[in-house]
Amino acid sequence: MSTVVKDTHHDEHPSGIMRWITTTNHKDIGTLYLWFAMIMFFIGGLMALVIRSELFQPGLQFVDPQFFNSMTTMHALVMIFGVVMPAFTGLANWMIPIMVGGPDMALPRMNNWSFWIMPFAFSMLLSTLWMDGGAPAGGWTLYPPLSLQTGDAFPFLIFAIHFMGLSSIMGAINIVATILNMRAPGMSLMKMPLFVWTWLITAFLLIAVMPVLAGGVTMLLTDKFFGTSFFNAAGGGDPVMFQHIFWFFGHPEVYILILPSFGVVSAIIPTFARKPLFGYSSMVYATASIAFLSFIVWAHHMFTVGMPLAGEVFFMFATMLIAVPTGVKVFNWVTTMWKGSMTFETPMLFAIGFIIMFTIGGFSGLMLAITPADFQYHDTYFVVAHFHYVLVPGSIFAIMAACYYWLPKWTGNMYPETLGKTHFWLSTFFVNLTFFPMHFVGLAGMPRRIPDYSLQFADYNMIASVGAFGFGFAQLIFLYLIIKTIKGGKKATDEVWEGAEGLEWTLSSPPPYHSFSTPPVIK
Amino acid sequence: MFSIKNLVLFIATMSVFSLAQAGWMDLNMTQGVTDISHEVFNLHMLILWVCVVIGVLVFGAMFWSILMHRKSRGVIPATFHESTSLEFLWTIVPFVILIGMAIPATKTLIKMYDHSDSEIHIKITGYQWLWQYEYLNTDVSFYSKLSTPYNEIYNKKEKNINYLQQVDKHLIVPVNTKIRFLLTSNDVLHAWWVPDLALKKDAIPGYINEMSVVINKPGIYRGRCAELCGRHHGFMPIVIEAVEEKEYEEWLAASKVKMSGVAKINK
Repeated sequence: MSTVVKDTHHDEHPSGIMRWITTTNHKDIGTLYLWFAMIMFFIGGLMALVIRSELFQPGLQFVDPQFFNSMTTMHALVMIFGVVMPAFTGLANWMIPIMVGGPDMALPRMNNWSFWIMPFAFSMLLSTLWMDGGAPAGGWTLYPPLSLQTGDAFPFLIFAIHFMGLSSIMGAINIVATILNMRAPGMSLMKMPLFVWTWLITAFLLIAVMPVLAGGVTMLLTDKFFGTSFFNAAGGGDPVMFQHIFWFFGHPEVYILILPSFGVVSAIIPTFARKPLFGYSSMVYATASIAFLSFIVWAHHMFTVGMPLAGEVFFMFATMLIAVPTGVKVFNWVTTMWKGSMTFETPMLFAIGFIIMFTIGGFSGLMLAITPADFQYHDTYFVVAHFHYVLVPGSIFAIMAACYYWLPKWTGNMYPETLGKTHFWLSTFFVNLTFFPMHFVGLAGMPRRIPDYSLQFADYNMIASVGAFGFGFAQLIFLYLIIKTIKGGKKATDEVWEGAEGLEWTLSSPPPYHSFSTPPVIK
Repeated sequence: MFSIKNLVLFIATMSVFSLAQAGWMDLNMTQGVTDISHEVFNLHMLILWVCVVIGVLVFGAMFWSILMHRKSRGVIPATFHESTSLEFLWTIVPFVILIGMAIPATKTLIKMYDHSDSEIHIKITGYQWLWQYEYLNTDVSFYSKLSTPYNEIYNKKEKNINYLQQVDKHLIVPVNTKIRFLLTSNDVLHAWWVPDLALKKDAIPGYINEMSVVINKPGIYRGRCAELCGRHHGFMPIVIEAVEEKEYEEWLAASKVKMSGVAKINK
């Protein structure tokens, strides 16, 4: 399909730490993003284990309720902004220039900057753990007036969010610029791999909503320090307005966390089914529909704030509609598998696990859309179960699937297959052990974000805690496996997988420092 | 081969369901004690079964494919990759199912928003971390806060059966009477939730939210604050006691006397 010209003088770059600090190379920056996400995954995971330890039994055993609230807040911020978003940006950096047949990202220096903001943002956020008044404990949703009771940590929290937003916006602009400008001749939009498509749409979502979040948190900042009353009822402000602003960002945000997963799964399923993706164009349209709908459903997070009946009904209907394009995606994946010739290497296992468990999360999402029933589900562990199903065996499994799928390409080495499969089965078992019982305690009446609970919830909480520790330790396998694969292993071929299609498989494994110095020919 | 596999699958599925049925009450949403809470429970079960049926069909097709269409069985992959009629079908069918769900849900929602003809009006105010109840148009008003002793919370004493769901003063209301609650907060957001009454609404400073209920059965119903409100968010339960109308009148009269005494002292 193409000839790869090794243009060696372009490969010169500083070595050691300076290589990573000064790099403008999309692969180096992709690697940085992915390692950053990995470190944050373990930090956020430790916080989850603090939460699950305290909830192992009724009663207060290990931490103060205030610190417990800090843990739930920080766990969410770290996992959303520090793990899932950077991991997908890392995958985008690595794969998008290669997938569209370009040499690098369109804006390489900005690329460097958008990554290197992140360590500072998170140092600032995590430093609040040692401040007077403790780390932010008002929930990641930062609802005032409670979030305004935060101590010294407050301005650090706000500026950390500003930095994360800056980083995301720059990353998103870079991805849009790359996709629209760096495609090889003949790579029309409707020939792009779905991972590129889903990221293009995600990037537009990011550009649209991150400024909204920035605006909202800035208003919180001025309410706290400069005497404004945007959200202060006593000063004529409106606490509910913050929730509208937050969720106008927050709902597209949850699709930012899941759309790239759809792209990853749409790459992996056809490869291991040895059959082209079913319904490519309807997948593109479904992704675009989900993105559009994501802007008109935000208030389903606020069914209990006391909106007028018409508002409740509108947001219920709009939310239910999302099930249609999401269903189309799942049906297309299953039909892609149908009559294929499947093998089940680790990436395929993670992709199938994704489809099943993401769909379970989708089902509970549909239940949550039914407003009268949502009054019973809202702010309970049922919701916790729902969004962890779409985020952990959803987004996180897709990221892991992508890592297994492209790791041989990135490193030039095959990962140990048995170990990968062990990682998958342990993760799947424990993730369900952790989150499935949460449906039950939620329905039985356990609210979320509580450090202690009444006795009827004890059994399932104990099971969930055991599951959480199992899941946490299973991830050490992942870390070990990645380091081992980077260090060596069976050499990977250029194609790596028998049924793989796409430009990345035409390059050597590992690919040259600059991907396509000469544009590939697209059939 | 074909039928045996199907049979095994069928038995496995049925046994999961019956197992779930056995311990249903502990695992499922409460049916509650009001007409509306029953409707909410039925909506919940309806959507749950819709999801289960769709799940069985989709996952069934998928597992069938995983079992049969594998390379190790020497399958040659098919090459089909699009069908407009299929895409059309699986857009329209879910859409129709959703409309079928939306209609009963909207009906129930409209009933939940009807607060007309309420006979008793009670104002609820959330504080960090207790509730205040005021019976409007009477002098009766009191605070209600957690009564579980600290020794139990800090594991120095065995926990009683109502651990973290007991308060010093119950909210007393009559059965078979429409009660309207007016809900607000004095500081941060709270949410007043009693699962058995299918009532949950946020208490927001500067807002007065409304909800109403007719309780069918006397009894003690326990609920919790459902919106993160700070350090003791997990420690501000709600206990509402529904009594016969006559008993309620007696309680109210006695409380009025007590409260007017308090009012005189305060003067």
